[in-house]
Amino acid sequence: METSFAITGKGYVIVAADTTSARSIIKMKSDEDKIKTLSPHLLMAYSGEPGDTVQFAEYVERNIRLYHIRNLYALRPSASAAWIRRALATSLRSRKPYSVNLLVGGYDTSEHTPHLYWIDYLGTMSEVPFGAHGYGAYFALSLLDRYHDPEAPLEEGLATLRRCIDEVSKRLVVTPGKYKVKIVDKDGVREVEL
Amino acid sequence: MNSLVDRFSTTSAQSEIRRAQALAADDEEFSDAAWGSEAGFGSLAKGVPTFSVPSIADPSAFLRLHTDDHADPNCRIKIQHGTTTLAFRFKGGVIVAVDSRATAGSYIASGTVKKVIEINPYLLGTMAGGAADCQYWETYLGIHCRLHELRNRERISVSAASKYLSNLVYGYKGMGLSMGTMICGWDKTRCRVPAVFYVDSDGTRLKGDLFSVGSGSTHAYVSTAAGHRDAFSGNTCNLYHIKEDGWHFIGNYDISKMHYDGPGDVPGGPGKGYGYDIRVEGRSSANPPPVAT
Repeated sequence: METSFAITGKGYVIVAADTTSARSIIKMKSDEDKIKTLSPHLLMAYSGEPGDTVQFAEYVERNIRLYHIRNLYALRPSASAAWIRRALATSLRSRKPYSVNLLVGGYDTSEHTPHLYWIDYLGTMSEVPFGAHGYGAYFALSLLDRYHDPEAPLEEGLATLRRCIDEVSKRLVVTPGKYKVKIVDKDGVREVEL
Repeated sequence: MNSLVDRFSTTSAQSEIRRAQALAADDEEFSDAAWGSEAGFGSLAKGVPTFSVPSIADPSAFLRLHTDDHADPNCRIKIQHGTTTLAFRFKGGVIVAVDSRATAGSYIASGTVKKVIEINPYLLGTMAGGAADCQYWETYLGIHCRLHELRNRERISVSAASKYLSNLVYGYKGMGLSMGTMICGWDKTRCRVPAVFYVDSDGTRLKGDLFSVGSGSTHAYVSTAAGHRDAFSGNTCNLYHIKEDGWHFIGNYDISKMHYDGPGDVPGGPGKGYGYDIRVEGRSSANPPPVAT
């Protein structure tokens, strides 16, 4: 089952998503990257209906890029998240809505704060210190309620994330195998191995 | 004469497009809520007018009414499905293997179906799911690959071709298309590597090294038993090899013969049948105590 997590810490956001791509009971692929880099300081993890996910993510990616090209500066995380939410909300009332759940994490370089937004396919958005989608959320959120520290340094944040992943692989019947983990902070976006 | 008729008729495809263009040109008419349905092209709506859909209120419900053979065994249309297809990438190109049985319901309609669609001399598509859907849309893809070649004086990449198909089927999502296909080929112009893409009617498109699609795919991922285990796959197996200079048909193998007799004298072969009962013949897991002498 698809699972994605994201947590904020002292000056960073960590976004993690599993790398399986499934169709009914079969794993079609086990190294799929479900986290897009939207701008130099913005990440988006996406999950949901196969087909819709990639189409919507690419649509968002290109519009955020277009804004960057037109204005020579990137859209800030809060504005990007609001735009993405609105895109989902308009699509919800169309003939064929996108069923996509998102975690948008970014670092606002002008106010030096990390931001994380939890967005679902209904167009619900909320800014959160940590968030999760999929079945993994049932385990991870309670764990993060207990262990998340908004001022944790990066190493500690990664340790907390590892705890989430371990808990999910311990308790969930169908465990996603590998995870892709990306970090966004003042230096931009980078991928790390857990 | 035809162009004159086209210009003034209200039902031809051209007038459809003209009407859509007129509609799209007037931004007020084109509400923001409509973009979600534009095959994912979003704000490019102007270039993508409409999809042609049968003139019934709800095409997918109509199709379900006549094709749902689980609920109604006497339904009018029995869609051909039940297949094993397999393709993988390696240093020397791509190997594509498919079975040849076509079933409509529980009836074996044919035992000699070509489930590999030769899109052009260097692109192959496999066929799982609805036979008609695959055959039609992959042939249609072939037309557009050729047009790409003529327009750009360059062979279309496997990536681009598969994306063309996935964007196309995504536009028909939820309307009853049923296809699971692998687009295989060798990119000659850009990265010069073999490539395999999986595309299905959900709109999923995956790049990968090894895929297997169809009702027998769970068996095929593991071994060669698919033709034996899956009742809807069987008869013979068509084998293709894609090399730098395009695809080559390797041969047609009898699956039952493979099961019982094996591939014959080939390097790396088992020397006998692949089947489990053949392979373990005479072997036993019984553990009797040694007989006292």
